[in-house]
Amino acid sequence: MNDFTYHAPTSMDEALGALRGAEGGKVIAGGQSLLPIMKLNLAMPSDLVSLAGVPGLADIADGGDSVTVGAMCTHAQVAASAIVQGRIPALAAMADGIGDAQVRNAGTIGGSVAHNDPAADYPAACVALGATIVTDRREISADDFFRGMFMTPLEEDEVITAVRFPVPARAAYAKFANPASKYAIAGVMVADGPAGMRVAVTGASGDGVFRVAAMEAALGDSFSGDAVAGISVSTDGMLSDTAAGAEYRAHLVTVMARRAVEACG
Amino acid sequence: MSGNGTGIGASVKRKEDQRFLTGRGRYTDDINLHGQLYGYILRSPVAHASIGGIDTGAAMAAPGVHAVFTGKDMEGVGGIPTGWLIHSKDGSAMVEPPHPALALGKVRYVGDCVAIVVADTMEQAKSAANLVDVDYQELPAVASIEAAEAEGAAQVHDEAPDNVCYDWEVGDKAATDAAFEGADHVVSIDVVNNRLIPNAIEPRAAIANFDPATDEYTLYTTSQNPHLVRLLLGAFVLGLPEHKLRIVAPDVGGGFGSKIPHYAEEAILTWTAGQLGRPVKWTCERIDAFKSDTHGRDHISTAKLALDADGNFLGLHVSTKANLGAYLSTFATCVPTYLYGILFAGPYTTPAVYCEVKSFFTNTVPVDALRGAGRPEATYLLERLVEKAARELGMDRVEIRRKNFVREFPYQTPVALQYDQGDYDATLDLALAAADWDGFEARRAEAAARGKCRGIGISTFIEACGIAPSAVVGSLGARAGLYESGSVRVHPTGSISVFTGTHSHGQGHETTFAQIVSDMLGVDFNAVDVVHGDSAKIPFGMGTYGSRSLAVGGTAIYLAVEKVIEKGKKIAAHLLEASAEDIEFENGSFTVAGTDRSKSLGEVALTAYVPHNYPAGLEPGLEETAFYDPLNFTFPAGTHIVEVEVDPETGEVDLVAVTGSDDVGRIINPMIVAGQLHGGLAHGIGQALMEECRYQEDGQLETGSYMNYTMPRAADLPSFSINHNTTHCTHNPLGAKGVGEVGSIGVPPAVINAVIDALRPLGVDDMTMPATSQRVWQAIQHAQG
Repeated sequence: MNDFTYHAPTSMDEALGALRGAEGGKVIAGGQSLLPIMKLNLAMPSDLVSLAGVPGLADIADGGDSVTVGAMCTHAQVAASAIVQGRIPALAAMADGIGDAQVRNAGTIGGSVAHNDPAADYPAACVALGATIVTDRREISADDFFRGMFMTPLEEDEVITAVRFPVPARAAYAKFANPASKYAIAGVMVADGPAGMRVAVTGASGDGVFRVAAMEAALGDSFSGDAVAGISVSTDGMLSDTAAGAEYRAHLVTVMARRAVEACG
Repeated sequence: MSGNGTGIGASVKRKEDQRFLTGRGRYTDDINLHGQLYGYILRSPVAHASIGGIDTGAAMAAPGVHAVFTGKDMEGVGGIPTGWLIHSKDGSAMVEPPHPALALGKVRYVGDCVAIVVADTMEQAKSAANLVDVDYQELPAVASIEAAEAEGAAQVHDEAPDNVCYDWEVGDKAATDAAFEGADHVVSIDVVNNRLIPNAIEPRAAIANFDPATDEYTLYTTSQNPHLVRLLLGAFVLGLPEHKLRIVAPDVGGGFGSKIPHYAEEAILTWTAGQLGRPVKWTCERIDAFKSDTHGRDHISTAKLALDADGNFLGLHVSTKANLGAYLSTFATCVPTYLYGILFAGPYTTPAVYCEVKSFFTNTVPVDALRGAGRPEATYLLERLVEKAARELGMDRVEIRRKNFVREFPYQTPVALQYDQGDYDATLDLALAAADWDGFEARRAEAAARGKCRGIGISTFIEACGIAPSAVVGSLGARAGLYESGSVRVHPTGSISVFTGTHSHGQGHETTFAQIVSDMLGVDFNAVDVVHGDSAKIPFGMGTYGSRSLAVGGTAIYLAVEKVIEKGKKIAAHLLEASAEDIEFENGSFTVAGTDRSKSLGEVALTAYVPHNYPAGLEPGLEETAFYDPLNFTFPAGTHIVEVEVDPETGEVDLVAVTGSDDVGRIINPMIVAGQLHGGLAHGIGQALMEECRYQEDGQLETGSYMNYTMPRAADLPSFSINHNTTHCTHNPLGAKGVGEVGSIGVPPAVINAVIDALRPLGVDDMTMPATSQRVWQAIQHAQG
């Protein structure tokens, strides 16, 4: 790991200032993605700006027709939140299935969303639920936010402050995890909510989270597992690695989609 | 042996766990020496290349750097030796290419040591290593057995034509061929034994020091056998006499065989410390451990079994190709031969057995012993084949095994081993009952109603542990003896230090051996401490591997205790004015037979050290050493039964039940034995369902981290049913056989047999380890056309 300057700002303004003053600065939240790649010298930021001391970023608020989760909320916090469990139980369950206990206690929703790992769970939840990514300067629809592997519209000095999830009528997440890393090989969030019927898939495609229009249409006609069980997704662009080739991944997308639908009850 | 609360047979809590669990263990990385520097090992990023040149100038100029050494600097130093000479079928000696500690001229695997950068801090050394400019002129690589034996394959070593190290055989080929000619049935199988990465929880580490005042080198290292490292490093690599080289293996966090070998890093560190006159410390990072700890297994085999019309085994023919990696690690050559081929009688009376093994060099990490070492490979092949024979002959899977069991002991197998004792029916019956084998079909039907495919699998097996005796292993090519030493020092006030040449890196020797000594001498368990792992403290030792520590090392201690008692009787006889022949020793007291006149061990010990009133001609002191060279291997045996449920939609295998029924000989501490079985079973299950080391064709390690190398986790495993039927080893006084490797030897074929049993209704009749969800799903797809 290369040397870097560590900043521990106590306000958002201070954090933004540190980012702007750095040559190659990076925001660090829980560090569950950034630190491993820094250890491998795959990322070599000149400055790390921690959000741990910035107040007001770790709250979960019930907004009636939506739930707003602060960017610094850990996965464990989301999983255990009475608000999330009560309003969007699928989101709490999804957070409870991320990585392992250590990861859930350190990793944050803001960090995960900003990193946009193609195998992370949150992108599927954000897209399926029609979430809004709130930053220090604007609001970005999840539909516009996840732009392919590790790509987002965030500016260099832009900081996510919260993610706002509309409350769906029903939703569920089903994941088939890589047995080694526990990242999703195929994770499917199905949601019937204000954004309409949505099926969002993570872990499977090299381009990151994607929606399955055919499944969404079929569920619109008939909300049942059988409606999606016969719909296969293309292997084009599917990730392929030691644990799962493209064909197996595509198959798992259909199985997980059906299981998610059935879990909606 | 009284069997009291801390004695033999008691589940005493492990002494060593107090310090391990409270962070007070003293591992190699915990040791810091005054004035120490840090060494970073620069490793080859390519699998095969000529080194055009190495420019160390920029690295030398980097902050904090004291030295950068490459293969050229170490050119006069001996190479890393191997410990076992194998002869091929034609009588020729195996090919032993040189293994320079730092690569010289060529690199031969990703991870090969290229340079050591020494700096004030590890961070400085690592940063400077990035500045070492190595001109790698890449060569074609062979990363698998198939690639190594292909026509026109790249040559890993000029000395080894066609990449072959040896072409070995055991057994009577003519008799085996004849058995097949007269057979009613011949059943064949092809199996792959998947390559594994050992993953001890503590990465390897070393810290070396040279003391110019005494000309002594000290190396602290993560080893399972410090004396063996001293022998190889001293006599073969650095040319140092034993009394000037001290090897300390302090607390070591797991080995599983990967800490047996004498590694290049140990030589590099020790030599570098001598060059610089300062201590040098190295700790392997996990990511480097994946590509530098020796790997295990990696066989491709084809085998056939000849049977008569009734299902009696007539002959077994095995042809195996083994991957040895880029260089010959310490025990690399004996693992696929003398720890493998001679296991093929298994628990069966097969009258004719023949096994041939051709081994290959490849551009991969050296392969060496890994928990079970050769015996899991043999057991997997044999138990897959026996299972297949039952299917093809339409016989019951249990009965075909039972029909062929060895029942008369001693039993001379057709492949060298002579089994001294066993009761294979008893462990089988115990396992069948514990697993409710007869009730399985109801469980299968219940699972089917839930959409799951349930299967049950079995393996019956023997092991050969505590490799010995020395004369025999020597005749087979071992370059060391395989005896053990034990010393028992009774201190003047009666407390006891026990010195063993075995090494504990998770096995609980400090507890087990203390139980034996305290039980035999009738002293408090807590008054006995076990010392191991330091060549300056221990008379000699061969270390811990092959489930040998209790059967061989424990026996040496037992014999030393007997000597202590014998000497104590002479002292007591003098004090009691009786004849030594009339003295009996029990529960810590020397008593004149038939009287109440006695002296305690403490009184005798004090007399031995304060010999004012003492037998004439008897040496003072109460300390005895015994070297024990066993008469034979030990032969643990057992039956493992595994039940699985497969999700046919995803291919996921859910391990529902694992039943072990084992004969491990006399059990000293049942809790520790259960722990060893649990760990071994987890290891075997890991091989069967999860673990697979994969290389790309160009020799890049594809599974080089925990992101894609799957280790078994607690949540992946059910509660194990552990059962014992004990017969005692007949040739050591403890009756001990060994337990450390049982699980990893016995359970993999039971898992795979269960998976195949589950999938049989879907048309699947073969499965390769590990049975990952993708592999199972693909097999189902393939079978369903």
